[in-house]
Amino acid sequence: MVKLTKRIGGLVLRLAAFGAALAALIVMVTSRERASFFAVSLEAKYTDMAAFKYFVIANAVVSVYSFLVLFLPKESLLWKFVVVLDLVMTMLLTSSLSAALAVAQVGKKGNANAGWLPICGQVPKFCDQITGALIAGFVALVLYVFLLLYSLHSVVDPFLLQKS
Amino acid sequence: MPGENILLAGETTKSWKLLLGMRILAFMATLAAAIVMALNKETKTLVVATIGTIPIKATLTAKFQHTPAFVFFVIANVMVSFHNLLMIALQIFSRKLEYKGFHILSVAILDMLNATLVSAAANSAAFMAELGKNGNKHAKWNKICDRFATYCDHGGGALIAAFAGVILMLLISVVSISRLLISSNKFSTDAASPSI
Repeated sequence: MVKLTKRIGGLVLRLAAFGAALAALIVMVTSRERASFFAVSLEAKYTDMAAFKYFVIANAVVSVYSFLVLFLPKESLLWKFVVVLDLVMTMLLTSSLSAALAVAQVGKKGNANAGWLPICGQVPKFCDQITGALIAGFVALVLYVFLLLYSLHSVVDPFLLQKS
Repeated sequence: MPGENILLAGETTKSWKLLLGMRILAFMATLAAAIVMALNKETKTLVVATIGTIPIKATLTAKFQHTPAFVFFVIANVMVSFHNLLMIALQIFSRKLEYKGFHILSVAILDMLNATLVSAAANSAAFMAELGKNGNKHAKWNKICDRFATYCDHGGGALIAAFAGVILMLLISVVSISRLLISSNKFSTDAASPSI
């Protein structure tokens, strides 16, 4: 009975992480705003920044991976491989989130020393959607750290933890 | 049984030597990345305007503190190199200590967490450096590498060392996890063993 609840807990966690990564992906892809001033119209899309493109790609990879692992049968020998792949996916998530966060921070506050002006004042809705996508990405990251510890715990015999 | 004698205390096995070698390399790589980025500074006197025939010069500095991503880079690399130093010391001196249950598990978990930390730091610095090198014409941000070439070169060197550290930390985590799996198999099949 305990094993069943543990397994269901793991599945729920992975489903939640899949949902969060998918949400981050969708919110970032649909962010687009057109602003016009002084007869010059500029359109802000997520493809303008390389970091946002990397964020979209990384979250797509993580979503597809989570979806596939949801269907892995319990007695498969691949669970030991899933631990290492979970680590790689967590590293992918942290790197994409921190890169997008660094670029978005420059977009919001600018960088006075380099002469870069912030763009959030001109395209506020775009900035809000990017912020939402980053928050979803952060939730996916936290869930993935828990998933990593969970899959490590389920592969390593619990016997080991009780020995002291 | 083939997996039985791999992790007994007091023995220097192949995985022990491999792990120690990789940890030393990772320690040196992340420390080098942190030091090179922390000492990254360039001062240049540029002509900003000309009034009549007198050019007006301004002194501009490029420092790593100007970019939050680089500050995070330095701090994270210092933390990861300190972790590697601690793990090297633990590995060398654990041959005399008694095994206490959580030892190998905590090493594996800490290695995984530090691997994610260094990957986050290296990647955020890489994207900020790409922004500085190419600029962004959509947001009208000018590139700075044409004027501060030495700053960009040193930053690039630090980034390469950090990415080497990322790959090494990933391999170290894999080896730690496999040591954990082997030791747990050993426990589940060999119930009377006192130390590992």
